[in-house]
Amino acid sequence: MSSSTASAPGRGGTSPAPSRPPGSGTRPRATAVKGSRLAFWVFVTPFLVGLVLFTVVPIVWSTGLSFFEARGTLTPTRFVGLGNFAHFLTDDAFTNSLVTFFVYALFIVPVTMAVSLGLAVLVNGLPRFQAFYRSALFLPVACSYVVGSLVWKLALFSGLPSGVANSALGVFGIAPVSWLGSSPYWWIVLVTVRLWLQVGFYMVLFLAGLQRIPPVLYEAAMLDGVSAGFRRFRYITWPQLRPTVAAVLLLLLVAAFQAFDEFINLVPTNPSTRPPLVYLYNVALGAQRDFGLGSAGALILTAIMVVVALLQTKFFGFSAAEDRTKAPRRRRGGVSA
Amino acid sequence: MSTAQLSRPVPRAAGTGKRQAARTGANVARYAAVTLVALLFLLPFYIMVKTAVSPAADIASRTFVLWPSDPDWSSFSRVLDDPTFPRAMLNTAVMAVVLTGGQIVLAAMAGYAMARIPNRAAGPLFSATIVVLLIPAATTFLPNFLIVAKLGWVDSLRGLVVPGLFSAFNVFLFRQFFLNFPKELEEAGRLDGLGYFGVFRRIVVPNTLAFASALTVLGFVGSWNAFLWPLVVAGGGSGAVTVQVYLSSFLTAQTFDYSGLFAAALLSLVPVLLVFLVLQRWLVRGVAETGMGGG
Repeated sequence: MSSSTASAPGRGGTSPAPSRPPGSGTRPRATAVKGSRLAFWVFVTPFLVGLVLFTVVPIVWSTGLSFFEARGTLTPTRFVGLGNFAHFLTDDAFTNSLVTFFVYALFIVPVTMAVSLGLAVLVNGLPRFQAFYRSALFLPVACSYVVGSLVWKLALFSGLPSGVANSALGVFGIAPVSWLGSSPYWWIVLVTVRLWLQVGFYMVLFLAGLQRIPPVLYEAAMLDGVSAGFRRFRYITWPQLRPTVAAVLLLLLVAAFQAFDEFINLVPTNPSTRPPLVYLYNVALGAQRDFGLGSAGALILTAIMVVVALLQTKFFGFSAAEDRTKAPRRRRGGVSA
Repeated sequence: MSTAQLSRPVPRAAGTGKRQAARTGANVARYAAVTLVALLFLLPFYIMVKTAVSPAADIASRTFVLWPSDPDWSSFSRVLDDPTFPRAMLNTAVMAVVLTGGQIVLAAMAGYAMARIPNRAAGPLFSATIVVLLIPAATTFLPNFLIVAKLGWVDSLRGLVVPGLFSAFNVFLFRQFFLNFPKELEEAGRLDGLGYFGVFRRIVVPNTLAFASALTVLGFVGSWNAFLWPLVVAGGGSGAVTVQVYLSSFLTAQTFDYSGLFAAALLSLVPVLLVFLVLQRWLVRGVAETGMGGG
């Protein structure tokens, strides 16, 4: 951070702040200080230029390219109109990838939610050593999906009898399983590695949500005779956690839609376990390097994801971001203090 | 200390002996459950260390070996002697540090201006940032690849770093942060004769460090562990291979040096774990404050 803080004012230093450009005609406002226009643009321009060059331009270009055939070249070769988009309607591999996402999300989202919320409640109820357990459960978040895949494929779920899963089965006299070799089994590998990697993160979100619940509520419930663990959870904890649940749900859905790393590392050749992003990667940068078709696919997937996010926001309340702006922490803090 | 205080939401009522016993019983069950899960979560780390130090005989064994018969640490030096691995680590470190630092500086400046410097363009610019925020980064890898290819940056550190420097998400977070930034502090600085840049450097930056540190940890972990973009930019060549792409190449090809591979995986974790352990308190608070992050 020290280097970063030094470079920010460095820009300012080249153009002395107090000497504002002559005749800058900003309308005087209550908080306007001289030099505000110059300062505004100096602060905003670096980000703005990058945003235009690496977000706006690529997307516009890619949209243009999506109407053309462009295999292995950035130069459009033949205008195909909406042909690239129409391709996806008839491409089974694409529809399969959406089905894969749907089934996968239907499983991974509730399971992650339940496990991380359960662990958060468990850890939050510990009278001592909370920090230790929180750290232990949070530690996998530091690992990359590549490292996770490596451990899962080569050690935990290797097809060899010496793998952890197979030796555990061996204790019960069950023959070794080739975990990544066939359908129901590879899902166990894919789901468990993701759970290990992401549960800690969502647990921390839930912990934060739990600790924001005013203790007064529990005290009041106790006076009303609600002290049993489950009823406390049902009538106080769960309703109070609603904003966190909505945020976690959205994050989990988006994360499931963007699943890529562990799929491409664990089951690179199985077309039936191809989530949308892996499918898109194969179309755009696989053997075909079909940039025109890939551009159309990227637009379609982007649109789907934006719609999912918007729908979710509509049905389950505000996204985490909005929730934060609407409910300032200061007010909540005031209640509990 | 705050966690300890918060961990007991219900003040301990003067309980009867029976109640006390029930509470103790519940606690024992709670600790047993959470310890079991924690052990499960830590198991993969143990397996990594175990495999990295296992002699060849253990790895070739037909049965599961819980404890290496004769720990052999040479796998670590073997990995470090192979020139590709240190090179990949260096690339990743440069990428993660520049990306994280750059994202924070650019976003802090833009977010501050949008929140605190009166300008007619601030509103429209913020709206544009929100629109960009909605576009999922994962699906823009192809458009970004096209531009990077056009610029001739494929398989280069520039290609890895530059497109990721502009984080609309961080701008959003910084703007929200600065909206709540106490005005009095800035006004005090103005009374001392500071202009916008002086106020930013002397007053705003020092008071933003804690918030920025939380974002720094999230950004560092995210970019260190990034896989899709490095694979797109540097997957084919060797000029800018990151450690994740390097490790992944052993998963798709066949490898025989298991202990070396797990040693490399462990070494790849060291920088993140260091950042994690040192700044964990901040990270947890930061995750809570920002509501989400780029895990």
